[in-house]
Amino acid sequence: MSEGEGGRPHGGYRVYWVVWFWLLVITVLELGVVLVHVPRTLLAIMLVVLALMKAWLIIAYFMHLKYERLSFIYAVITPLFLGVILFFALVPDALDVLRLR
Amino acid sequence: MASAEATQDQVLRSEWGGGRSPFAVGWPKLMMWLFLVQDTLTFAGLLTAYGFVRIAAGRWPVQEEIFNLYLVGFMSFVLICSSATMAVAVAASRAGERDRALRYLLYTVLGGLVFLGCQVYEWSHFIHEGARLFNNPWGVPLFSATFFIITGFHGAHVTAGVIYLLVTAVRHQRREIQPESVEIAGLYWHFVDLVWVFIFVLLYLL
Repeated sequence: MSEGEGGRPHGGYRVYWVVWFWLLVITVLELGVVLVHVPRTLLAIMLVVLALMKAWLIIAYFMHLKYERLSFIYAVITPLFLGVILFFALVPDALDVLRLR
Repeated sequence: MASAEATQDQVLRSEWGGGRSPFAVGWPKLMMWLFLVQDTLTFAGLLTAYGFVRIAAGRWPVQEEIFNLYLVGFMSFVLICSSATMAVAVAASRAGERDRALRYLLYTVLGGLVFLGCQVYEWSHFIHEGARLFNNPWGVPLFSATFFIITGFHGAHVTAGVIYLLVTAVRHQRREIQPESVEIAGLYWHFVDLVWVFIFVLLYLL
């Protein structure tokens, strides 16, 4: 894929169909790992990794973030760590509630 | 003195330099990105609350027995397809191919409507089986609460997106807006798809 002015991809629409194809492949894989009944922890890890791969494909190619300035990429990605912090801050509390039951 | 000027000059030429447009994107697009960042955190809050409730509940109904995973898989398929057609519409609009842009915008709207139709079917089926907001036959009251609130919030985003895309398609055809506006509408639509990626995995599959 050649890069055009301003770092945007040239070469027509092909890249979008390639990304579309891989998104579908990952979705089928997600359904597949659920239907074959792997152990619970392994299932959770696999599903989260596959979801993050899909998220990266959508953000990088469909939303063009890959072709933006590095400062812009940092500006929109950094706040998302708040979500991760929120989750890991609350999980111990949830486990406490479970233990008190 | 000379070295201070040199340092400032270096800063201005770097990625973090100020100037008219430090991020090299127009302000409408920057504002849409900032909105999407905060909306991501809204959904992160909802999904974290769901995780909290589910871990604290200790047990949880088996989703495979309640939801039709093939229907949900089909909904994912439709949303991914509509995201791809939206990306093509944005590229076509930028390339000046108006007819192609309009056609693909309408494909995207169609995808959104099919998705909403499936969701209406799924909700009515779920309600018919006895699910209420804070009460359901599967023994964990918050199971249906988290389902209705999270998929309902996402469905509202899809509905807003369909209206937004229809308005964008009409205004683009009338030459009232620039290709950048189509791109911004596209960012919103891809975000809706992005959120569904996580809802699909966390609510239905895990």
